[in-house]
Amino acid sequence: MSFYETLGRLEQYPYVQLWKEYTSDDVRRALSKDRLDEADLLALLSPAADPLLENIAQKAQQLTRAHFGHAMQLFTPMYLADFCVNHCTYCSFSSIYDFPRKKLSLDEVRREAENIAATGLRHILILTGESRKDNPVSYIKDCVEVLREYFSSISIEINPLATAEYQELLEAGVDGLTLYQEVYHQETYKELHVKGPKRNYRNRLDAPERGCQAGFRSVNIGALLGMHDWRQEAFLSAMHARYLQDRYPDCEISLSTPRFRPYLGEFNPECDVSDRSLVQIILAYRLFLPRSGITLSTREPAALRDHLIHLGITKMSAGVSTEVGGHTLEGGTPQFEISDSRSVQEITEMLYVNSFQPVFKDWDILVEPAPTPT
Amino acid sequence: MHDPLVIGGTTLSSRLFIGTGKYSRNTLIPEVINRSGSQVITVALRRVDLTGGEENIMKHIPSHMTLLPNTSGARTAEEAVRIARLARAAGLGNWVKIEVINDQKYLLPDNLETIRATEILAAEGFVVLPYMSPDLSAAIRLRDAGAAAVMPLGAPIGTNRGLRTKELIRILIEEVNLPIIVDAGIGRPSEAAEAMEMGAAAVLLNTAIATARDPLGMAEAFRDAISAGRKAYLAGLGPVEEVAAASSPLTGFLS
Repeated sequence: MSFYETLGRLEQYPYVQLWKEYTSDDVRRALSKDRLDEADLLALLSPAADPLLENIAQKAQQLTRAHFGHAMQLFTPMYLADFCVNHCTYCSFSSIYDFPRKKLSLDEVRREAENIAATGLRHILILTGESRKDNPVSYIKDCVEVLREYFSSISIEINPLATAEYQELLEAGVDGLTLYQEVYHQETYKELHVKGPKRNYRNRLDAPERGCQAGFRSVNIGALLGMHDWRQEAFLSAMHARYLQDRYPDCEISLSTPRFRPYLGEFNPECDVSDRSLVQIILAYRLFLPRSGITLSTREPAALRDHLIHLGITKMSAGVSTEVGGHTLEGGTPQFEISDSRSVQEITEMLYVNSFQPVFKDWDILVEPAPTPT
Repeated sequence: MHDPLVIGGTTLSSRLFIGTGKYSRNTLIPEVINRSGSQVITVALRRVDLTGGEENIMKHIPSHMTLLPNTSGARTAEEAVRIARLARAAGLGNWVKIEVINDQKYLLPDNLETIRATEILAAEGFVVLPYMSPDLSAAIRLRDAGAAAVMPLGAPIGTNRGLRTKELIRILIEEVNLPIIVDAGIGRPSEAAEAMEMGAAAVLLNTAIATARDPLGMAEAFRDAISAGRKAYLAGLGPVEEVAAASSPLTGFLS
């Protein structure tokens, strides 16, 4: 069993027609329920929900307060390497771009860690381009060994791995997995992923489930919004999250809502996702999955982020650089342009002004460190 | 009225235990403690920065409080045990609230793993307060494993839904010879009073205070409600009659 089977059923839906059929009564019905089903999720994502956005926002805020209070977890990404064997039409790390590629030495990883830890953050997300040859699992493990001295939670965002490899990383001290499907719509996926192992749709789709089976504490998924009809992509993302949540109740399943951002190339995505649409997606996620984390990245501008924290977001990045070694080195190539360049201190102050408590640490890695060879 | 609650050799005059999560800022905590009169505060070890980071929650807890570190985040007995040992090694005392939760959707506790963790930690000298689903057999096993109290849920954590498990908690109060501390679900002072009227030894709250419009006012409201409920329990509630007790009964002529 895999979400792929569920997806096969969901792909048959006549989405264009469906979005027209839902009415404000369907949206109100969804609003009045505690546990929402597939039809309620479709209603909340349909155009009929737009005039009721404020009512939905009120309920989303109430649910978020009840389950998460006034706490906002903070983390930052650390880019370890930008070598990549894939040609994806929307990413600066694509193998077709000719720029000096970098991979941090363990000393450089340590310096990055020192700088990030000095800001107070204890949660980190480590990222690489997708290249098994340049960034093998053994390299990630070596980096994790260094990072464990500085951080109480380490998540990975790297190429999809096999269950046994995820287990290896779990035993090394990694506790979270982030892996975006990028695009759920299979034809569009094929068009955007021109060359490389990332073209294997199914391998990517099943990877979060392999992460759950391996025993990661948290798994974060999402679609890169803008690549295909956002309503359909948001629907399939949320259904994927619910699928994982139902089967792996011990794993915290969360969702991210990244929107396409300018990068090194000139590709422009097919679908515009307005701020209002983004809000509708976040609210639908909150009502459909009341206890799930929702992560907001610095892809979004500061002013918008300040508003979105009230609508269901529970985790946000701060003090971000999307370059390899961006916290210590200079002159790297960012994976994409960020919009909110505020420091951890500035984000912290903004949260306090908005009556939120920034949470720098929300977990300790409980895996025993590997014994030192004698 | 001198009516102390003794747990693990510690004598408490307040029967309101509070939490530290979900506040908009940690600086509210000392004032919540003050207004609630609470003497026991639970803190998730996962949120405590033992390296002493800027936002360290421990800086905001006055030294007179009894700390109740909890194992929030633990999925297995082994994880709970490890967290408890870390907390004690870090100087947070020897009380521990066991939370073992495998269900991230409803956050309902795993009683079997909780019993296993309680057995291990009680044997190591911890004052163990396990959070549990109200089940009589499990509560008895927790007692036999050495728990200092048991903490059944009134409703799932954070829901403010009230005493949904009232009948089961009533049975625990009647059958388990240990303090029963209602933990999770209570949203209103009246519900806390109701738990105390039933004979609960104490109530542990977080969300109801932390997410109130005025957390300090709500802390005080809960203090008063718990005190009122306890007084009512000690005073002995009057019997509930199915029919009105007429002052001139129809059968009076028979006597």
